[in-house]
Amino acid sequence: MRLAFREALDAFRRAPVLSALSITTIAFSLFAFGLFGLVALNIRNALQQVEDRVEIRAFVIDGTGAEAVSAALGDIGAFPEVATVRYVSQFDALARARRELGEFSDVFEEGILPASIEVRLKPGLRDPATVRGISRRIETYDFIDDVRFGEEWVEKLYRLRNIATIAGIALGTVFAIVAVIIIGSTIRMAVLARAREISIMRLVGATDGFIRAPFLIEGFLKGTLGGILALGLAWVTTAILGRFVIVTEFFSPGLALTGILAGALIGLLGSAFSVGRHLSRA
Amino acid sequence: MIRFSHVSKEYAKTGPALQDVSFQLGKGEFAFLTGPSGAGKSTILKLLYLEERPSRGEIRVAGLTASSIRGNGVAALRRRLGIVFQDFRLLEDRTAEQNVAFALEVTGARPETIGPKVSRLLTQVGLSSKSNALPRELSGGEQQRVAIARALANDPVVLLADEPTGNLDERATRGVFQLLRDINAAGTAVLMATHDLDLVRRANLRTLEVNRGQLVFDTADGGEGRAGEGA
Repeated sequence: MRLAFREALDAFRRAPVLSALSITTIAFSLFAFGLFGLVALNIRNALQQVEDRVEIRAFVIDGTGAEAVSAALGDIGAFPEVATVRYVSQFDALARARRELGEFSDVFEEGILPASIEVRLKPGLRDPATVRGISRRIETYDFIDDVRFGEEWVEKLYRLRNIATIAGIALGTVFAIVAVIIIGSTIRMAVLARAREISIMRLVGATDGFIRAPFLIEGFLKGTLGGILALGLAWVTTAILGRFVIVTEFFSPGLALTGILAGALIGLLGSAFSVGRHLSRA
Repeated sequence: MIRFSHVSKEYAKTGPALQDVSFQLGKGEFAFLTGPSGAGKSTILKLLYLEERPSRGEIRVAGLTASSIRGNGVAALRRRLGIVFQDFRLLEDRTAEQNVAFALEVTGARPETIGPKVSRLLTQVGLSSKSNALPRELSGGEQQRVAIARALANDPVVLLADEPTGNLDERATRGVFQLLRDINAAGTAVLMATHDLDLVRRANLRTLEVNRGQLVFDTADGGEGRAGEGA
């Protein structure tokens, strides 16, 4: 194993230009994939923020008894889809309207806004069908005057989200395949550059496993370095965008680490595939 | 040590390369393998070190039957053979010493044994003073000596040499041939493919002659003195 490590490191020393080229190629492939990932991540976050605001508002008829409302709050709160349920009295509604509308606060008089029950659904259950279903159930209470949830708006949001998801998966797959192909051929080049060495190793009686080991280590190291470089490039891009154009979110540490590991894994698999193919042919 | 029994080799694209070849090479024996280019000399050697597999017939090398060897068995067999080529096949970016050590390292020799063994091998081939030279700093004859030292690294029972003097001038040829004779005298069987008929005639050793894929003459069967006549 020690020898395999030494051989792998020697490969960097003996062919520094080819090694640097491989790492840069891996880095740029992963960088392109990473940039796309960042765009997808930010779109998803933006949609998530909008989606978090999806809420059902059921207006309560004036003069409804507190007991009836409180019983309904208990019932609705027990629906499995419901995250929170809250009663907003006429007084609270007025206070909120005044707070939100600032300078127009004096146009509101007491009693102009109805009391309401506000329902928020659990994440993942804010799709049009569920929202509509819950609204219908709330409507059945006889003290409910009207239920609103911005039907059109929720549907549009969901359509947008579905398009973004499908486009994300399709483009992401294409980017990932391109990255794997480029990285695979980069490593294949490194293997071909050492074809002579491999044939000599075989002639003097090295086992295939022994021949493979330094290449796997080399691929793993190149992939890891490429991954780190790609992450650095993505970070710089995000920082420049944040300073001059728009502040966007960067990968979480977990995702960043996953990216580097993905680079390492691609390097390892690319090497395994290239060396394996070379050995089976020779 | 080596036994070919009715061995044939056919290639899908180029047709038959060897037809019904049978011969034996005993322990510690020396034999030339001669014949014109394309006659099948290299194919015989490739079959011996399992670069190729026979289409028909049986080959035994160093006590093993070629057809039963798979996977790491190929590497195990090659460790019992030494192989030398016309083009030396040295690693250009490593010194003479590192080239020889390479054969020991890749076969898992204990690290502490490698240094002393490499210097003993380089002394044996007469290159102890050039252990730190790169192949390009050595003459053809010297490069072939490094290749021979490498071939001897794993104490082979048979040394296979494919035109080892093909790229060398007469003086270097004599030196390398003498080295192979010395190695043979120490007990290693040697099978040397060559088309240097002067060398073959002068040496007056067992000669196997192949032509168009067939073994046409073996001095072990047909007496002496005819080596190379058909080439």
